[in-house]
Amino acid sequence: MAIYSTNEFKAGLKVMLDNDPCAIIENEFVKPGKGQAFNRVKIRNLKTGRVMERTFKSGESLEGADVVDVEMQYLYNDGQFRHFMVPDTFEQYQCDEKIVGDSGKWLKDQDSCTVTLWNDAPLAISPPNFVELIITETDPGVRGDTSGGGGKPATLETGAVVRVPLFVQIGEMIKVDTRTGEYVSRVKE
Amino acid sequence: MLADIRRFFADRSVLEVETPLLGHSIGTDPQLMFFTTEYCLPPRRQTLFLQTSPEFAMKRLVAAGSGSIYQIGKAFRNGESGRFHNPEFTMLEWYRVGFDLSRLMDEIAELIEGLFSERSLQPSQRRSYQDVFVSFTGLDPLVFSYRDYCTVAVESDVPEAVDICGHDHALWLDFLFSHKVQPHLGENALCMVYGYPACQSSLARISAHNDRVTERVELFINGVELGNGYYELTDAEEQSRRFDRELALRQQQELPVCVKDQHLIDALAAGLPDCAGMAIGLDRLLMLLSGSAAIDDVLSFPISRA
Repeated sequence: MAIYSTNEFKAGLKVMLDNDPCAIIENEFVKPGKGQAFNRVKIRNLKTGRVMERTFKSGESLEGADVVDVEMQYLYNDGQFRHFMVPDTFEQYQCDEKIVGDSGKWLKDQDSCTVTLWNDAPLAISPPNFVELIITETDPGVRGDTSGGGGKPATLETGAVVRVPLFVQIGEMIKVDTRTGEYVSRVKE
Repeated sequence: MLADIRRFFADRSVLEVETPLLGHSIGTDPQLMFFTTEYCLPPRRQTLFLQTSPEFAMKRLVAAGSGSIYQIGKAFRNGESGRFHNPEFTMLEWYRVGFDLSRLMDEIAELIEGLFSERSLQPSQRRSYQDVFVSFTGLDPLVFSYRDYCTVAVESDVPEAVDICGHDHALWLDFLFSHKVQPHLGENALCMVYGYPACQSSLARISAHNDRVTERVELFINGVELGNGYYELTDAEEQSRRFDRELALRQQQELPVCVKDQHLIDALAAGLPDCAGMAIGLDRLLMLLSGSAAIDDVLSFPISRA
């Protein structure tokens, strides 16, 4: 794998740090007029998602990390693993709940999502920013109430629970922003 | 800004000078990377250096009896590029014959406060290096205790400093100062930090009252380093020794070789009058005056587009 010097660090570059794959977020050159140059780097650990700051002596280098994002189709959950497939090649990957994490509640069979692969093994799953899912359970709606003001919890077909306006009914399909977990709108079929 | 600076020095009868950008020798500071170029005068070829600052040439003028002088010119430092760095930048440098560090600081404050008169800067502060270092890290910069320095690094969220700095006191000071002290200096005010530890003396005189500190001053506004000044070293032998030490360090670190400036040593030997000198990065000053976030915002064409 390629070696990258601090001068080549830029946002998005994937490198190995403390044996974990990480993505560089920001790199600032710090140098006193008379003194040692450093690079203060903001970096995200791709395994844990944690963001940290780390300083390097300028000119130091890190090994690149073989990390790629691949669009895949979510196939099914066999109880232990979730299964994904690359639509072009039909290549399949399996992934345990620990890696799927919170993203799991937005995954519907046949929907596509982004799978981050590290050395060809799944590292993280990101659902699309917006998903459309059917409500399987919620309190009866109040007809005529078309405005905000409160809301009620609704359970979706994937198990996720979101707050929806009072007028939304069981069986309706809604659009949800997966980054915030918030209701966006109803979807007309 | 340039017109204001020129007026400031004209009012004080300081002479504007110009010195060569290309020279046969260069500063030996192991922390500064230089640019070289080839001078071709067939059949001879010679390597020349682009100056990292006009310091040596200007001191030669002072030694030759020029009196107080200033210069606004370009300086070049290889490999320096970032939010506050461009490898080619503009420097204001001036020398005041008969000034000591304290008088120099009076003049710096007048100049900066004048330039910032419309931006309501708080009154200038003068703090010793030891004072600011202790107040932001709890460590004494003049006494190196490996164990205490490591403890502070771990507790203040920069444990990597332990590996980077090891037992190198000067490196620890660079690290902790730039990470933990500098960002807090000069909040909407000019902060002048003086009395640098002797290991960070560069071309400054060792203080007559305390041989652990040097007559060096650095300027900060809103955590940005603006400039560096000295009560100048006038002792040719001491200067020559410092050059030799830095050359040895360069060799040890396998850095590009350079030769010490014999012209400067000769000038010092002939007699450099007691003087104080100051250098300020004008691009950064313009950044602060215009409220810009990055040096690229005040350059016509930063290095990536030069």
